[in-house]
This record gives sequence, C-alpha cells and structure tokens, in this order.
Amino acid sequence: MTSSTATISGTRTKSAEIKEQYKKFIGRKILFILFSLVLIFIIAGVAATLGSYPITVTEVYSIIWHGLFQNPETTKEIVVWNLRLPRILMGILAGIGLAIAGTMMQGILRNPLASPFTLGISSGAGFGAALAILLGAGIIAGETGKYLIIVNAFAFSLIPTFVILGLTRYKRATPETMILAGIAMLYIFSAATTLLMYFAESEAVKAAYFWMVGSLGKASWDAILPVSIMLAGCVPLLLWKSWDVNVMGAGDETAKSLGVNVERSRILILVIASLMSAGIICFTGTIGFIGLVAPHMCRMVIGGDNRFLIPASGFFGAALLLGADTLARTIIAPVILPVGVLTSFMGGPLFLYLIMRKRREYW
Amino acid sequence: MKLKVKEVEFSYASVHVLKDICIELAASEMLGVVGPNGAGKSTLIRCIDRILKPQRGIILLDERDIKEMRLMELAKKMGYIPQSTSQIFPATVFDTVLMGRRPHIGWQSSEKDIEKVLETLQMLNIEDLAMRDINELSGGQQQKVFIARALTQEPNVLLLDEPTSNLDIRHQLEVMDIIKNIVREKELSAIMAIHDLNLASRYADRIVMMNSGKIFSAGDPVSVLTPESIKRVYGVEAEVNNNNGRPYIVPIRPVKQNGKGTCENKWNMQ
Repeated sequence: MTSSTATISGTRTKSAEIKEQYKKFIGRKILFILFSLVLIFIIAGVAATLGSYPITVTEVYSIIWHGLFQNPETTKEIVVWNLRLPRILMGILAGIGLAIAGTMMQGILRNPLASPFTLGISSGAGFGAALAILLGAGIIAGETGKYLIIVNAFAFSLIPTFVILGLTRYKRATPETMILAGIAMLYIFSAATTLLMYFAESEAVKAAYFWMVGSLGKASWDAILPVSIMLAGCVPLLLWKSWDVNVMGAGDETAKSLGVNVERSRILILVIASLMSAGIICFTGTIGFIGLVAPHMCRMVIGGDNRFLIPASGFFGAALLLGADTLARTIIAPVILPVGVLTSFMGGPLFLYLIMRKRREYW
Repeated sequence: MKLKVKEVEFSYASVHVLKDICIELAASEMLGVVGPNGAGKSTLIRCIDRILKPQRGIILLDERDIKEMRLMELAKKMGYIPQSTSQIFPATVFDTVLMGRRPHIGWQSSEKDIEKVLETLQMLNIEDLAMRDINELSGGQQQKVFIARALTQEPNVLLLDEPTSNLDIRHQLEVMDIIKNIVREKELSAIMAIHDLNLASRYADRIVMMNSGKIFSAGDPVSVLTPESIKRVYGVEAEVNNNNGRPYIVPIRPVKQNGKGTCENKWNMQ
C-alpha cells in the first residue's frame, strides 16, 4: 500500500516538475524578448545623442516624450525629431522586418542558410535600383527620381519570389526546389546588374553602387510610414502561422499528418516574408546578415518554437541593426560608414564563432 | 472506428507503386504490412494518411471518404509515426509532443494540452527526456517521442512506417509492446509497415503480404507466413517453425532464380 501510494505521488511530482521546467523555459523566452526590447531602447537613446549637435541621453528621451504631444520647436527638438529619429526608427523597423523574414524563410525551407539574400530578393532590388539610376532616374532631380528608384527596386525584388512560385506550379513546392530557384535568380540578377554597370557612365555606376550598399542614411519620415504599415500587416499574419511553421520543422510528412496544408502554407509564408523584405530593402538597399544571423542567435538562446522566436528575433535583429548603425556612425566619425558593410563585418566573424562553439550540427 | 481501403492505385510519374489494394480493419486490430523493399508498404501508409493522393480508389473511415474530410479533421482521427526525424532546428521533446495537439488547438496551447502532453510522456515513460532536444536522443528514444506525438493527437487509427527499423532488440520489443497495449486499451486500429517478419508474426493480428504493389496474400500470421509465400515473394528459402502458435521464420538462403541475370546465368550465356 505505502509503496504504491509513494509511486503515485512520485509520478505526480515528476509531472509537476516537468511542468515547472516547461513554464520556466517559457519564462526564459519571454525574458529574452523583453531584454531585446530594452536593448533597443538603450541603443536608440545612445544613437540619438550622436552627431555634430551635442545632446545628452536624458535630454533625448525627454525630447522624444514631449514631441509626442507637441510639434518640435527648439533646435534640439528639431535635430532629434527630424534628423536622428527617422534614422533610428528605420533601423528598428528594418531590423525587425529582415530578421523576421529570415526566421520564416529558414523555417519554411528548413534550411539554415535561407534569407532574403539567398532567395534573390536583395539582388532583384539591386538590379531594379541600378536600372532606374542608370536609365536616368539618378539625373532626374529631386523627389520623382527618388521614388522611381524605390518603386523599381520594390518591383524587381519581387520577381525572384514570383519565379519561384511559378516553378512550383510545375514541380512540387519542396524546400530544395525553392531554395535552388532562389539562388539561380540571385546569380541571374547579379549578372544583369554587372552588365548594366559595365556599360554605364562612371557617375551613375557610383550612384548605383552607393544605393546597393545598404544604409539607413536615406531614412525619412516619408519612408517610415509605408514600412511600418507593411510590418503591421505582415508580422501578425506570420505570427498567426507560427504553429504551422513549427510543425513543418518536423518534416513535410509529419506536418501533413498533423493537418497542415504544407505546400499552401509554404507559399503563403514565402510571399508574405518576401513582400516584407522587399518593402524594407527598397528603402535601405542591401543590408546583409541581419536576416541570416539574428534568427540563429535567438534559436541558440530560446530554442526553435516560432511563437516566441518570431518576436525575439525581430527585436534582437532591430537591436543588432541599430547597434551596427551606431557603430558605423562613430567608428571613423565624422565619416559615416554604410551599415550594410558593418553588419557583414560584424556578422561574419560572429557567425563563425557561433558555428565553432555550437554543440550540435544543423546541417 | 473502421477503416476500409478499396481498390487503391498509386503511381509516381509512370511507375505503378500500388495496384488494386483492398484492406479492411476493425477497432483494436493491429495489421502488419510486410513485403520486400519497393513493394509499396510505405506508399500505402502514406496514401491512407493522405500524405500522398492515390490516383484511383477510395479510403473510408467509418464509411466516410477521407478525401472529403478537412485536413485538420483527418488529423484528429489518424496519427502517423515516421521512421526517423528530419528536424533541422532545435526542438525539445515537450514541444515536439505538443505538436500533436496542433489539430485541436488555435494559437495558444491551453493547460489541458500541457496536461495531455505530460500524461502521454508518463505513459511512455519518457518524462525524463521532456526538456532534451529531440536530435540528441537515440533512435529508440526518438521513436517513443513520435509515438507520444501521435497519441496526443488522440487518433482512432495509428499508422506506423517501419517503427522498429533502427532499433536494438530491447527497444524493438519495448516499442512494439507499447503499441500493442495502446491498441488494446484505447481500442485503436493500427497499420504498420514492417520489415522484420518475426516481429510482424509476434505482434500483428493480421498480416498483409505485398509484392510489387499488389497484395500477395492476407490473413492471420500462420496462413500468410508460409515457406511457399516467402519463397515466392522474397525469393528466399526459409524454415517456418511454430513458436507458441505464431510462425517463427528462419531464413536459409536466397533462391537461385532462373533467367534473372544471376552471375551463373551470365557465364552460361557467354
């Protein structure tokens, strides 16, 4: 009698123990998300103090706070609100969008190398922008030319995705087909861009090249609005699909047996993630590595559950990009380096380090 | 729940994999599907779970065509247990088993789902693995996790694709005992594709022997696993002993086939 009651209570406590561990694990995930959020606020505060006009961190926060209720009037307020804040916000939005897009692409394609870059989105945008600049948009003075570049970059960046989708009508939408098609598009657009540059005037080539090296320097309130609308539309949809992505991680067959329409989900998520990255890249140019590295770093800390991974890598990616941009502005100030170069320079070694010390091999 | 497979045909491009397959299965029944490599065992399992779509024939679950069910509805009735994992990114055992609740839940997993997972982990005696990563586990442990995942789906039919193929003899027996007990207790039906004829003989209530996409014979183990059928289907000369009323197969040697391109024949032709 005593022994059987002991084992029953034994299994009870064991279950309770696992439940507690599970809850703790979830708590850790939420803590990491909050930590990344705090990191964004701190880096943003520091970033807003940098520049030729001296403003302290506390002043920055109070100016931002007051600016929410009234229009900026003093010079300090105008510097913060009209010059520094757009750049910071763009950094945050781009970081969130690119990191989440990368997370989803890696998830649905079950490939750790998938990112907006490997699927050809960046090179499509690069070609679109180069085409617009070299065919004269760069010469058209003022706003029209700028918009032409953005629209062209956006339109061309979506072509690889639609080619991938077109292929899946003839061949099953397997991760392998999609990623190989993406890489093919990457090469085609890179070659096309090189060809364009080869025959262009040197001034135009320089302008096109500058566009392609990603930077937050082009950020303005005009750009913030469409990008935030894009994110507000796409991110909730992706969050809603996070369970499907989790299940797809276990393999197509298992996912199908669990009731997920694998092919349709994969295509839908690919389209949303591509749209989101295209909407960012057309304003910033190619910012590499955030979409690749941020998801991996977060997975190492909080595991692969996409319900938590999506917000975590979004916020962490934002902190990473903002941090890189802040560094890019200070490292050889007053010269501002393009952030795309910094993210790759920082991301590359960091990634190598992570690969070296990782316990387990992904691929 | 009653499962009926009627005249099912499936082909990849131009290769016929399944031809005219008919199977019936009642509750609390365990069906073993045996046959040589490429006989169509796994394909049949996948067709039944709608992972593959058969070109002809129908599959009925309690007289309802599964083609007309929503995917989520079917997922509540059938659980599929794959051979091995292809998980690339990290996932804990707990989260893997929680995936089985996918057909039942929306975005948020409730307390009830968590309890369900704990219950299944306890039933399979793998509670200690709960927070480990699925990729760190041995083949036998992984197989138990997959069974747990399928059971949290609360299905009426279990489909198993070579559940013992990567396991040592202890794990083979453990896994098969678990499945057998669950089938009895929860009155499930189970279909398993299985290579090991002796495990099939020992655990299955009925056996279907397949050969190049067709059913060669079906019935209880004694009537299906005979020296003649093993010779014809596998091309192997075997001795079949009686082991507590179940046939026990001792393979002896491959049968030399006439005119099928063995080395000897090639020499003769030259």
